[in-house]
Amino acid sequence: MQTQTAPDKDYRGTVHTLSRDIMTDWMTELKTAARVPVPSAYLMISGNCVEILRCFDILPVFPEINALQLAIRKNSLPYIIKSEEIGYASDNCAYVKADVGFTLCGGVGESGTIPKPSLIVCNFVGCNVYIKWFEHCASMMNVPMVILDIPFVREDKPSREDIEYVMCQLRELIAECERLTGRKFDIDRLREILRESARAERGWTRAKELCKHRPAPFDAYFDSINMMGPINALRGTKEAADFFDRIVEEYERMVADGVGVLDEERFRMVVEGPPPYPYYRNFRNLFETWGAVAVQSTYSTVGGTWEFGFCHDPDRPLESIAEQMIVHNLCNRSMLERYRQIKCYVEDWHADALVIHSIKSCRLFSAGQGDMREYFTKDLGVPTLMVESDLEDPRYYAEAQMKNRIDAFFEALQYKRLRQGGGGFSDAPAGTMKS
Amino acid sequence: MATTPDIVRICRELIDLLPDEALERARESRPDLRGFGVFPVYAPVEIIHAAGLMPVGLFGAGNRIELSHAEARFQSFICSIAKSTLELFLGGHVQLFEGAVFSSICDVARNLASLVKRNAPGQFIDYLHMPQNMYSAQSSAYTRAELNRFRTNLAAHLGRPVADQAIAESLLLYNRVRRLLRAIYDHRRQNPCSIAAADLFAVAMAGTRMMPEDYLPLLANFFDQVRSTRVRARDGVRVVIEGAFCEQPPIGLLETLEAGGCLVQDDDMMIGWRLFTQDIDGDGDPLAALAEAYLRESVYTSVRHDARRPRTEGLAQRVRDAGAEAVLFTPAKFCEPALLDYVLFRSKLDKDGVPHLKVEFEEKMWTYESVRTEVETFAESMLFE
Ligand code: SF4
Ligand code: SF4
Repeated sequence: MQTQTAPDKDYRGTVHTLSRDIMTDWMTELKTAARVPVPSAYLMISGNCVEILRCFDILPVFPEINALQLAIRKNSLPYIIKSEEIGYASDNCAYVKADVGFTLCGGVGESGTIPKPSLIVCNFVGCNVYIKWFEHCASMMNVPMVILDIPFVREDKPSREDIEYVMCQLRELIAECERLTGRKFDIDRLREILRESARAERGWTRAKELCKHRPAPFDAYFDSINMMGPINALRGTKEAADFFDRIVEEYERMVADGVGVLDEERFRMVVEGPPPYPYYRNFRNLFETWGAVAVQSTYSTVGGTWEFGFCHDPDRPLESIAEQMIVHNLCNRSMLERYRQIKCYVEDWHADALVIHSIKSCRLFSAGQGDMREYFTKDLGVPTLMVESDLEDPRYYAEAQMKNRIDAFFEALQYKRLRQGGGGFSDAPAGTMKS
Repeated sequence: MATTPDIVRICRELIDLLPDEALERARESRPDLRGFGVFPVYAPVEIIHAAGLMPVGLFGAGNRIELSHAEARFQSFICSIAKSTLELFLGGHVQLFEGAVFSSICDVARNLASLVKRNAPGQFIDYLHMPQNMYSAQSSAYTRAELNRFRTNLAAHLGRPVADQAIAESLLLYNRVRRLLRAIYDHRRQNPCSIAAADLFAVAMAGTRMMPEDYLPLLANFFDQVRSTRVRARDGVRVVIEGAFCEQPPIGLLETLEAGGCLVQDDDMMIGWRLFTQDIDGDGDPLAALAEAYLRESVYTSVRHDARRPRTEGLAQRVRDAGAEAVLFTPAKFCEPALLDYVLFRSKLDKDGVPHLKVEFEEKMWTYESVRTEVETFAESMLFE
């Protein structure tokens, strides 16, 4: 029986430092912009079109990252409560509540750390809450809003009309950016930016690919956050692309040396659902104790599913932006597509188990995950654990209960493994995987 | 000619039927009829009807069935309609159906469509992405294409074409249904004592349990009756009900609201089935006409985002048009779009000085005592102000 706690080792290696540095630069820019206004725009993470804003030097601001930062620094609750005071329900998305509460408390604008946006670009990519959230921001701050309505993936591939509808809206956004900045759109500049996007995306793909190795060089759930900031918020910059070149070097070196993120990799898991940011470290420790490493995660693909080969194409700038927004991100795809994605992760990344972290306030992820568990356990025979808390609201995290469930699951998995003869589950023996 | 109570009784019976039962009822006069499920809020019922099917509203199951499978698939924090609608499929209550259609109203409905698809093999389950940008130069073309995609898929599933001509005819039929519903709602706005909220709800919902051809005379009869019946005026706080656009409140709740001292003058129940503010032109391309109506002639709802016509203004207008004094928010428990919109609505009403009260509901609600006390207190505070 495994009872000792994982050593509180510093998993925040070079990659974390590099990521923190470039993200801090961007946040310093935001802070400065709060005081000395420059054109800025709100945008959501999933399947975003940050490249278009970048093309006009409009500073992108992501309320989701704001909410995430509040939670991970354990600051979200007072803001959530502030929002509940003005009528938000306990069941509403807590990302919205934390961000709105923060805005109401003066965190946005001259005296805060986030600039009041000049424009709100509501990229409705999958999550219906996005529209409401941005409407609330637009109404609270009296800022104009542009809506990019991205048709959900409901056929094998998007129709010509889906793509034309999105391209048309992108052109309309470009016209709005021209009005805002007084600058003409320069397609060659967009191509340049997209070249950097594609370089970062190739780095992302390669890094994820390296997790097929045993041991995995990083945890594709908990450590992916280091890559998610740069790929989603800073995509299109040289800094982000350089960051990916550097981390790929680092991970390749680890793989060549047979070094994994954990001292001993005993279980390989795929994780579904966002993490509980207010208890990120605690949650991670519960898995690390068992030598369990996430070799893939769905949450890391909310912005893009680049590991399946998509890259922005500078030769087809607007088309490829539209394709990314419609097809190549997790949020705009159905639950059944997500089942397929996870199945592929379990098979190709040689995982022993699926862990579903069900988020009370995010129904985009969580609604129906019981069916997902049913499918993976009953139809596919993949050991599956489902635990529940929240990504933002600390009130929903019950450590003791969480620990019990996780311990019981890995104990059972360990027992099963012993009964099967003590061998590994995965068919990827150390050092034999070549991707 | 049936009397108002007779019609209401028939409608109340109908709305209690599970989808297969409602279809069985319709098959008494049309033995080969097959059904097609319509999850709220809006779906182009004209296309379904033109395909020779009976569009049947999927509003969950009230408290008719126990959740034996769906509870394990949807967590505790999901609205009842999603759970019991899934249960209808898992429990074999939608077997005589060719399929069902869901749309982009919220994240729960979207995932529900996937779950139904996986668990109802052989049926045609489609998901419509209705536009949320009403003013892009491509909005009309996109919306028409989306309706056409549905038509084409449905036709392929059935193995027979669904012709423009048939859709145009269905359009005219549904125009007449909606026109009558508008007239009845209008009448109720002027004479709130003439129709009890629960009765109008039953009559409006019965249309999702019948073929429109059969519903039309019933509705016309109902309208004639209420118009010609003299009623005694009652005292009460004149209210508008907002927030019940998807999952429908239990009838007991509506009765409690009125028993607690309110007179319902307008509401957003069954809104998807009476979405359009005027008749749709049936002369040209029927799908283009439907698309235009969706973009330009729709009533506001919490799941349709129209940048130039804010929903807060829609609600304020509804309150004015109804001559109402207060708003009762009745969102389904856990309904994200309703609960998020409540924040903006509330702030607007506070600004306009319109009193409001929030009363959440769920399917398995069985006691209304505390709601009654709350509503009574609210009504009294207004009457004696
Ligand atoms: S519901 Fe989920 S995806 Fe949507 S905004 Fe909230 S946390 Fe993000
Ligand atoms: S009741 Fe609300 S949350 Fe539930 S399916 Fe309907 S719109 Fe979505």
